[in-house]
Amino acid sequence: MADQDIALVAHLLRRAGFGASRDDIEAAAAKGYDTVVQELLNPSGGVDEDLLMRYNPSYHEAAAIEVNTQLWLYRMVNSPSQLQEKVALFWHMIFCAGHSKIDSGQEMGIMVNMFRDHGMGSFRDLLVGLSTNPGMMYYLDNTESHKANLNENYGRELLELFSLGVGMDESFNYSEDDVKVCARAFTGWNVAPSYPPFPHGRSPWNFRFDPADHDHTEKTFLGETGPWNGDDIIDIICRQPATARFLARHLYNFFVADEPQIPAWRLTPPRDIEAIKALEKTYFESNYNIGAMLETLFTSEFFKDEAVRYAKVKNPAEMVAGLLRMVGEHRDIRPGLFEISQEPKYMGMDLLNPPTVEGWHTGREWIDSGTLVERINFAADLLGNTDLPGVRSLVSRLQAQGDLTPEQLVDGCLDLTGPLVVTGDTHAQLVAHAQGEGAVSAADGANFTRRAGEMFQMIAATAEFQFE
Amino acid sequence: MVSTAKDPVLAVLSLSGGNDGLNTVIPLNSSLYRDFRPTLGVPEDQIIPITDELGFHPTMAPLKKFWDAGQLAIFVGIGYPTPSYSHFRSMDIWHTCEPEIIGTEGWLGRATKLMDPNAENVLTAVNFGRGLPRALVMDGVPVASVGNLETYGLLTGIDGEDQRNSALDVFGRMYAPAIGSGAVMDYIHSTGTDALKGADILATAPDKYTSNVEYSGTVVGQYMRNIVQTHLAEFGTRVLYTTSPYNGFDSHANQAQANAGLWTDVSNTVETFFTDLRDHNASDNVTLLLFSEFGRRVADNGSGTDHGAAGVAFAVGEHVKGGIYGTYPSLEPSEQEFGGNLKFNLDFRSVYSTILEDWFGMEPEPIVNGNFERVKFFN
Repeated sequence: MADQDIALVAHLLRRAGFGASRDDIEAAAAKGYDTVVQELLNPSGGVDEDLLMRYNPSYHEAAAIEVNTQLWLYRMVNSPSQLQEKVALFWHMIFCAGHSKIDSGQEMGIMVNMFRDHGMGSFRDLLVGLSTNPGMMYYLDNTESHKANLNENYGRELLELFSLGVGMDESFNYSEDDVKVCARAFTGWNVAPSYPPFPHGRSPWNFRFDPADHDHTEKTFLGETGPWNGDDIIDIICRQPATARFLARHLYNFFVADEPQIPAWRLTPPRDIEAIKALEKTYFESNYNIGAMLETLFTSEFFKDEAVRYAKVKNPAEMVAGLLRMVGEHRDIRPGLFEISQEPKYMGMDLLNPPTVEGWHTGREWIDSGTLVERINFAADLLGNTDLPGVRSLVSRLQAQGDLTPEQLVDGCLDLTGPLVVTGDTHAQLVAHAQGEGAVSAADGANFTRRAGEMFQMIAATAEFQFE
Repeated sequence: MVSTAKDPVLAVLSLSGGNDGLNTVIPLNSSLYRDFRPTLGVPEDQIIPITDELGFHPTMAPLKKFWDAGQLAIFVGIGYPTPSYSHFRSMDIWHTCEPEIIGTEGWLGRATKLMDPNAENVLTAVNFGRGLPRALVMDGVPVASVGNLETYGLLTGIDGEDQRNSALDVFGRMYAPAIGSGAVMDYIHSTGTDALKGADILATAPDKYTSNVEYSGTVVGQYMRNIVQTHLAEFGTRVLYTTSPYNGFDSHANQAQANAGLWTDVSNTVETFFTDLRDHNASDNVTLLLFSEFGRRVADNGSGTDHGAAGVAFAVGEHVKGGIYGTYPSLEPSEQEFGGNLKFNLDFRSVYSTILEDWFGMEPEPIVNGNFERVKFFN
């Protein structure tokens, strides 16, 4: 199998999922790139939920946020439908609602389930799912928006952050009046029973449309006049070129290469306008289908281009889930999931609890001196732990190559942890480090394992390892 | 410029989410306030009067002590022209002083650059919390961003001091400036280098610290304690920044209860913070700034308040000249900003300019992108 096939499939599995063990990367490469893309686009089920609940009965419909965070990380690491799980993360990072306000881990879990179920289908269905999601309706105060007492929060964020975006090609996509009209159209989109469900303990909330509290009057939204209800607004939104642009840029930003931060999009053109246009075209041709846009993306030359590989800064969920898959840790149900599920938070990404409705600043903004310390320490501890099955397997593969010069040790380790491409300077430093103890003999197993583990540790600490 | 025995230090507590200024510093005997706040209006007899016209929310008694001592500057009607009602955007405007375009440099990042142009001290500015606020972002300015001061360090999982030192040695060389490998890679290299330098210094701060006061267990309480620990360790840190969690002040609903809890914590923490500094004889050169990205709608919505425009901000410290700065905005409907908001009359960049000029002794114009009238709130 050609190394370039392995590198390309590894790139696909990092972006369209949370990476893979070396064994799984090679198995996927043997199937062929296009086959793997189709498998990713057609989810084949998730983790064994029955087994998960049998081991951890308290996980069932758990209200605790920590449990829901653990469950999600477990699914990221173990779901066979990796793209589905990655897409759920994609939407969570756009349709931001946070536990700090919702105060029910179960509702956050339900929201993510909705992203998992609808995230690769029609964008219209997804927006309806979002606008009828009790957690979101509460988070953005639609539950407090009434015919007689309008609350604009959801109406505004639906337009600004969830669909049209503030503007494109330097103009604005909507007016302040459109915000108010949008909010009016969503009056009566509410939650039953009323929250919080005290004193009887928690129960999942249910969406309820209350016609008596809905503003039935005629409204003009984005130039179209009628007695619009929320789903009419969603229809109008879906027809807008701005929505196609918004989705195309978000998909490109998440799956291909870091775009400028979102508030800059009105004034800053896309990094690759041809790629964006191709995605916009698929959006309309497929009747707003996200899966179709993803197929266009993953089969495109702009995605396969070597220039975009390792050009995105890993987000903390990718860092944590990707490492666990690489080293084969938490691939089955075992204690310690709570501790590891807190790691993304330490790296600046408190899953199920984004800092604001605008979500996390991404790209290089994941990295500051505090989060870099967290990322490096976490990665070095895992990748340098030669007791873990995935690392043991990497060491065995390396050992099978026989005695290694310092340079061969470095190149072998880099190949097995990616294949990771590093700069000449980094390479030289790693080789110099390996030269400290000279060549490594495959015959001395314990020493070989230690040397390999130390090299993996240093690779995990490189700047290059921050990218995916 | 104010004279302090040691270099002046600015601590910032950012109140994330848009604090309701109208229920923080409340107009007394105002029928309009009663009209617009049928649900959230604080009963007259519970307001803590500070002047003939204004009073504090009942949870702010600890701050009243600073007011009585003449060490609390209150900025009312603070904001900027053409308000943005987006948290993200408005906070960025406060961070970057760029209301029109998307700014990438923070005002305190720029100030730090002037204090330490060659980045000789990687701890000139320190942030406590997850993620770096844009106020501190500036190319070439290292800012330590500390999630947990107690466990801060690099490659801490390596057993054995020799092995760890050897690994840190390689690390230091790997993160030496990279040439021609792209802006993001360059940034990560310099961040790694700075992290390495800063980590081992900062890790010593908790050990050096003893105190008789107890902070609240909230994020605000703990990070304000970390600010004091770092200040007392005398690393030469001049800017200490932290942010209250999670858009906590975004009080669209259930505001009465939520904001009472938040302001109880903030007020108590500010008092604890200065008590701690005074106990260590280290309060003279510290000014604390509290701000939020916007105020909230004049009218309540039956449970909370929506995003608004002008709000309130505070500066606290021994060199602060207590008083009300700015004019309290009129609640008259005809005087309100578009959409029912308080109209600003004090530009936040005036407050920044004064801090930069009178506290740090810097020329403010290039930092805040213009010439803004000074608010003389330092003694």
